[in-house]
Amino acid sequence: MNELFQQFDVWGAFWLTIKLAAFSLVGAMVIGTIVAIMRVSPVAMFRFVGAAYVNIIRNTPLTLILTFTIFVMLYDLGINLADENSPTSIADNGVRWAIVGLAVYHAAFVCEAIRSGINTVPPGQAEAARSLGLGFSQNLRHVVLPQALRGAIAPLASVTIALIKNTTVAAAIGVAETAALMSSALELRADLNYLTFALVAGFFLLVTLPIGIGLTSLSRRMAVKR
Amino acid sequence: MITRRIGAAAFTLVLAAGLAACGSDDGGGDDGASGGAGGESIKVGIKFDQPGLGLKEGNTYTGFDVDVANYVAKELGKTDVQFVQAPSKQREDLIATGQVDLIFATYSITDERKQKVSFAGPYFIAGQDLLVAADSTIKGPKDLDGKKLCSVTGSTSADNVKKEVPGVNLQEFDTYSKCAEAVSKGQLDALTTDDTILAGYAAQPQYKGKLKVVGAPFSEERYGVGLKKGDTALCEDVNKALTKMVEDGAWDKAVEDNFGPAGFKVDAKTNPPKLDACS
Repeated sequence: MNELFQQFDVWGAFWLTIKLAAFSLVGAMVIGTIVAIMRVSPVAMFRFVGAAYVNIIRNTPLTLILTFTIFVMLYDLGINLADENSPTSIADNGVRWAIVGLAVYHAAFVCEAIRSGINTVPPGQAEAARSLGLGFSQNLRHVVLPQALRGAIAPLASVTIALIKNTTVAAAIGVAETAALMSSALELRADLNYLTFALVAGFFLLVTLPIGIGLTSLSRRMAVKR
Repeated sequence: MITRRIGAAAFTLVLAAGLAACGSDDGGGDDGASGGAGGESIKVGIKFDQPGLGLKEGNTYTGFDVDVANYVAKELGKTDVQFVQAPSKQREDLIATGQVDLIFATYSITDERKQKVSFAGPYFIAGQDLLVAADSTIKGPKDLDGKKLCSVTGSTSADNVKKEVPGVNLQEFDTYSKCAEAVSKGQLDALTTDDTILAGYAAQPQYKGKLKVVGAPFSEERYGVGLKKGDTALCEDVNKALTKMVEDGAWDKAVEDNFGPAGFKVDAKTNPPKLDACS
């Protein structure tokens, strides 16, 4: 076990995985909420764009999206997210584009989770709010979304856990996170392969289990009693 | 309704593709299993995706590893050679679980690997080199300062170059093809891995004249034949076959056939290599 820690930057890789997950989760929540609002809005164009976003992104493999960010966004369109002259420009660009890619991809799932939350709010609530004279955005802000988000906690927990595990796909564009570490360790220290598997699996369990348990109990406590 | 129909169509497609993939995999697996214990057939692990070394196109296999494997199998008295894909990270397990008998897959002999498998050979000595654009001024690793380099995530080459050029600006992708593509478009300056692999890319039709191998190797990769740990009898037999292959000129011919078209000059000082003793 010690050999692995001495030869490879295990903690660095774990920390990068956590950073990737945290930043892209925030991004996914923001984009996902906006898309969810678009999907329930009264404007047909918004609904169409929202539905198109979800259906296109959700059905595109994540590897393809991440490769696309580097080959098309960075190489072909020249959109640099890091200082081009810095000696670590490639690594920085990789991490930042990975966060963008992960956020955009999981936003589609966040959107659907929130929309499922919205569906748990009885239509009578929205109708009652409208008859009180609240507009669409007031209705959403004060009546529908607060209840919808509570109902969406459980599906959002699944999305969060999937996101944490999906950060491993970033190894395909060279982000030095846990999957890249595992790849190196398996290549260079084939004699320690079971240990490497156990270490990586243990890390992911350690991160995802408490999140799963915590969010499930939170969803129970926050559930709207009807 | 339309979206639903499109969705159903896409789903069917994915299912069909999945089934097709399974079908071909199963075919390969069954072939392997049926010939398992027989004395006439042998299962050999090779790379399926490296031009010049081990490449599968339809049902034909080409490359230097394939030629050496065929020769050795013939010398071992095996009439039926079954090729199995041996990706880098599965090589030890493929041998340990008996899914293959021998591995010829750019398999460098290292002390770490010797703990899990035994090696015959080496049958070739390669070196880590650089693949650059045809008009590049890069002559070796010392010119890499401030340049953008590419290799494969978690590969020995990537690890080597980090030690050789500390603080190198390194892009890692999951395949060498992505690196070659980026270098040919000028988005990255060099691709680094074994010169044998680089020569294969430089010789591919779409990169011909655009990419060149620098020819200044900065490591020694000794390609061995992976086999079950402790099987010295098999190791001796393989070594005997390799010795004969060099003596009767078949080794030179295999080198010429596979690396010649790429203009890759084999280092005559180290090749053909002296064999290690079996242990």
